[in-house]
Amino acid sequence: MADALTISGLDAYYGEVQVLRGFELTLKKGEVLCLLGRNGAGKTTALKSIMGLVSVRAGHIIKDGKDLTKLPAHEVPKTGVAYVPQGRRLFAELTVAENLEIGLMTRGKGDVTRESVLGLFPVLRERLSQRSGTLSGGEQQMLAMARALCIEPDVLLLDEPTEGLMPSMIARIREAVAELRQRGVSTILVEQRVDAVLSLADRVAFIENGQNRETVPVEDVRADPDYVRRYVGVS
Amino acid sequence: MSFGPMFLLATMEGLVMAAVLALTALGLSLVFGVMRIVNVAHGEMFMLGAVLAWAISTAFAGHPSIGFVAALLVAPLVVGGVAMLSERLVLRQLNYDPEATIVATIGLLYIIQQLALTFYGADARPVQAPFNVRVQLPWFGYSGYKLFVIFAAIVLMLATWFVLTRTKIGLIMRATQYDRETALAFGIPVDRVYAGVFALGAMLAATAAVLVVPIQQAHYLMGRDPLLLSFIVVIIGGLGSLRGTIIAALLIGLSDGIISTLYFSPTLAKMLATLLVAMVLVFRPQGLFGTVAK
Repeated sequence: MADALTISGLDAYYGEVQVLRGFELTLKKGEVLCLLGRNGAGKTTALKSIMGLVSVRAGHIIKDGKDLTKLPAHEVPKTGVAYVPQGRRLFAELTVAENLEIGLMTRGKGDVTRESVLGLFPVLRERLSQRSGTLSGGEQQMLAMARALCIEPDVLLLDEPTEGLMPSMIARIREAVAELRQRGVSTILVEQRVDAVLSLADRVAFIENGQNRETVPVEDVRADPDYVRRYVGVS
Repeated sequence: MSFGPMFLLATMEGLVMAAVLALTALGLSLVFGVMRIVNVAHGEMFMLGAVLAWAISTAFAGHPSIGFVAALLVAPLVVGGVAMLSERLVLRQLNYDPEATIVATIGLLYIIQQLALTFYGADARPVQAPFNVRVQLPWFGYSGYKLFVIFAAIVLMLATWFVLTRTKIGLIMRATQYDRETALAFGIPVDRVYAGVFALGAMLAATAAVLVVPIQQAHYLMGRDPLLLSFIVVIIGGLGSLRGTIIAALLIGLSDGIISTLYFSPTLAKMLATLLVAMVLVFRPQGLFGTVAK
C-alpha cells in the first residue's frame, strides 16, 4: 500500500515548550491509523502539526511529494488534508449550511460535494438553517465531520470524535469512519476509547512523551492486551 | 422658540450625530469583533479622513460637489491603505496580541497626529458642503446636507450589514471572528482577513469624517472625541455587535443632541453618557447586545 502521508523527525512546540520530539509516522493510503497514548502524550499536537497550527522547528511532513511544514497553515487544507478538532470547534454562531459552506470554499466541488456529504449525514439536511451551536452533541460532531468532508479530503484527521457522545451517536460516527475508508479516505484517528480503536483501526500507533514508540497492526493489539496496558494504562 | 420646534431641531441634530458616530463606532467594533484588537488609533483614522477631505476638495476647482465627491471616494481609500500598512508593519509583527496592540496603537495615534500637525498644520479648516439646500420641516427649514449625512450613513451601514451577512467575504470574516485557528484549518488566510478588516474599520471612520467636515472643520486634534464616543458606543452596545453599535450610537447621539440643544449643555450630555457606560460595565459588562466570551 502506498503512503498517504509521511512524518519524519518532527519537533513541535507550544511556545517554548517542546511537545513532539523526533516524531515519526507513516499513514498508508486508505487505512485508518489510530493514535493511542496517555493524556499529554502529544497525539493532538501531532494532528495540529500536520495542519500547521503549532510551531514546527524540525522535521518533514510529506504528502504527494510536498512538504507541508513549508506551507502556511491556510494552504494545508488545499492539499486535501481535513481536520476535525477535539471538541468540534464549530463556528457556533453560523448556521449548519454556513459551516458547510466554509468547508466547500476551501476545495469542495460545490453542490456535488455538498450532496455527497449530506448523504453521509442525512440528519443535517433538516437542520441547514439552524445555528450550529444549538445542535445536540452528536449532531455537532456529525457537522464537524461533514464540514471537514466538504474539503473532499484524501487524508482526514479526527481528534476524539466520540468524546462525550451517547452510544447511538458513537455507533453512527463509527459507521461514518468505516464508510469513509470504503471511499478510500486515509484517516488518522485520535481516540481514547479502546473499543473504538479496536473496531475501527487498521493499525495503531502508540504515542508516549512526544514520540511514536511503535506502530503495530490492530490484530496484534487485540491479541496482546499488554500493549494497551503499557501505553495507556488501562486493560 | 417653543418646545415643539426646539425638540424637533434637537432630535435632528442628534440624528446627524448618531449617524456619524454609528459609522465611526462600527469601524472600531468590527476591528475588535474580528481581530480582538482595541484600536486606540481609530480616532486618528477619522482625523486623517477629515484632513485628506480638506486637501482633496481644495485641490479641485469649480463646484464644491466635485471636490467633495473626489474626497468621499479617495480619502477612505488612502486611509484604508495607511491602516493596511500599519497592520502589516505593526500589528502582524506583534502577532495581534491584545495587550501589546493597545500600546502599539497608542503609538500609532501619536505618529499620525504629529504627521498631520507637521504637514497639515494646527489650523482648523472648513470644507464646503457639496450642495446647499434647505428642506422645509414643520416649523423650520433644515440643512439638506445634514439629511444627506443621515441617509448616507444608513446606506453605508446597510451595505456593511449586507456584506457581513449575505456575502462570502462576510462569511469568512465571521468565521475568523468566531475561531481563528479553525478558520486557518479551513483554508482561510487569517492574516489577509485581518488586514482587510483593519482597513475596512479605518475606511468607515474616514468616510464618517469626510461626511462631517462640511459641518465641523478639519483639525489635527479632531480624532479625540470620536474615539471617546466610539468607545462609549461599543461598550454600551457590546464590542463586536453590529446591532448593538447602531442602537447605542442612536442612544448616545440622540441624547447628546437633545440635551445639548434643549439644555445648552454638551457637558451634561457627556456626563450622562459616561454614567451610562459605568452602569453597563457594572450590570452588563458584555454590553447590551454583546455575548459573554467563552
